[in-house]
This record gives sequence, C-alpha cells and structure tokens, in this order.
Amino acid sequence: MIEFLSKPWPWYVAGILFGIAVPALLLIGNKTFGVSSSLRHICAACLPERFTYFSYNWKKETWNLFFITGIILGGFIAGYFLKNLAPPEIAAHTKQVLAQQGISDFNHLFPVELFNFKSLFTFKGFILMIVGGFMVGFGTRYAGGCTSGHSIMGLSNLQWPSLVATICFMVGGFVATWFILPYLLN
Amino acid sequence: MNNQITSDEFNPDYKVSSDFSIIKNIPFLLVGVVFGITLVKAEVVSWFRIQEMFRFDSFHMYGVIGTAVVVGMISVAIIKRFKMKTIQGEEIKIEPKKFSISQIFGGLIFGIGWAFTGACPGPLFALVGSGFAILFVSLLSAIIGTLVYGIFKDKLPH
Repeated sequence: MIEFLSKPWPWYVAGILFGIAVPALLLIGNKTFGVSSSLRHICAACLPERFTYFSYNWKKETWNLFFITGIILGGFIAGYFLKNLAPPEIAAHTKQVLAQQGISDFNHLFPVELFNFKSLFTFKGFILMIVGGFMVGFGTRYAGGCTSGHSIMGLSNLQWPSLVATICFMVGGFVATWFILPYLLN
Repeated sequence: MNNQITSDEFNPDYKVSSDFSIIKNIPFLLVGVVFGITLVKAEVVSWFRIQEMFRFDSFHMYGVIGTAVVVGMISVAIIKRFKMKTIQGEEIKIEPKKFSISQIFGGLIFGIGWAFTGACPGPLFALVGSGFAILFVSLLSAIIGTLVYGIFKDKLPH
C-alpha cells in the first residue's frame, strides 16, 4: 500500500477513479461532474450583479466550490504527503522534440525553465502562463464545459454536443502543439 | 456572508437555505479530494504528459480519459436503467447539453490554452494545492478569462 501510494498511478487507476466521480456526485446530490463552472461561480460571488452572465444565485452552487476546495486539498495531500518521487517518465520522442525546442529540464511536472516568476514577463512566459490561462478560462466557459464537464460527464451521458466540444479541445491542442509551440519555444 | 444566509432564509423563493451547510457539502469536498489526489498521482497535472498526448507519443492520457468515459457511461446507464435516486431520495436528472456554435469556438480556444498551460481547470486547482505558486498566476488568468467572457458574452456568436 505504501509503495502504491508513493509511486505514480497507472492510467486505468486514474480513469476508474475519475469515472466513479460521475455517479458519486449524482448519487450524493444530483450534481453533474464539472470543474470549469466553478470559475463562473467565483466571478459571480465576487462581482456586483451588473452582468447577466454572473447574476444568478451562485449560493445554490456552493457544492461546486466545496468540490474545487477538495481538489486543492487533494493536490496539497498528494503534493506533500504522497509525492511521486520520480519525475514523469515522458516518451522519448516527446523529450527529443522538446529538447530541440530548447527545453532541457525534464525533472519536474512542468518545464520549470519556462514556468517561473522571472519568465512571467518574457514573451514566451507571458503566452504560456498568462495567455494560456486566460484561454482556458475564456474557452471553457464559452464552450460550456471543460475536460470534466464535456469530455467525461457529457460523453458519459451520450451527449453529442460534448463530443463536438471534445473534438475541438483536441484540435485546438494539436494546432497549438504542432504549429504554434515550435515557433514560440524556438 | 452571514447576512446573506439570513436574507435567503426569509426569501420564500429560496428553498434550500442549507446550501451553505458544511455538513451537507462535505461529501462533495471528499469527492474533490480524491479527484485532486488522483490528478497529481497519475501525473495528469504534468505539462509534459499533455504534450505527449497532443503529440500521440503516449497512451497514458488517452487511457485515463477513455477509462473515465467508459466507467462514467456504464454508471449513468445503470442509474437511468434502474431509475436510481439520490441518497436523499430525489429523482436523478441530468440536463442535456444543447448544441451551439460556441462549443466549437470555445472548444478550440480552450484546446490551445490547454496545450500552452499544460493544464485544464481541474489540474490548475490541484497544482496550486500542491504548492506551485506560479500556476496560481494561470488560475487567476483563467478566472479573468471567464470574467471577460461573461462581460462580452452577448457580443459573441452562440
């Protein structure tokens, strides 16, 4: 058990646990699995009711804020007490391509040479961290869901609009990975 | 905050004044904890793992999402087939998703952001919890992205 907890978990363990979250939330309180709506509730809770998109009773969605608080707490527990001792074992080909694009440090969860406070105001850092984050928040709300709400919950409920959204998530990612990042990183 | 709860209790339209109840919300918090731990332990929070996925160099992320969808699909089918109820005895209802062009535009925008930050919203929260302060900047930026979307929503094609 201790060994299992200190090693990275295989895909099927993660997949099963994520999948179980869908019926768990439905059975606990008729809630649909989804993370990105929390971004809307955070805005609604902080803003005066001037914009229609943010004027609704966000307090009825308190469960979702507890849910994301749980994710933060889970990240804390895993990051401090169940830490994966080795960095992710990344495919050799991805490493090779990224090395050609100037990334040399593969010893962390993310490229620390690009993701740090110093590079925040360099062109690369600004695009990756700030523009990237902005697009995540803007895009998920525009699409009405993210990987959890559309790709896991929506597909679980056989919703074809969620399939369209998921395909677009992937297409966007492919475009960025294959056509934008090579120029941005070099 | 306390004032708001009190005013809600006096508002007849607001039936569920216990939405703020900590006890009632603890189960959702616990589901979040398991989700957050798993995101980190299975390296879904890794920028490199996302790069691998978009480069088709690894099965890992496809396995994670694929398994989750299969487990979710079977669960939802069972819940519908047996008309299962929530633990409070409520009927389980899942809102259908309506198609609109916004899923295409929003989806593409999110996809690009996902490749840049290497994180979708769940991992952003989990990474912040793991103590990576730098990702808090991306999370804040995501909240601002949502805010800007909300402000300009009516001017965008839907």
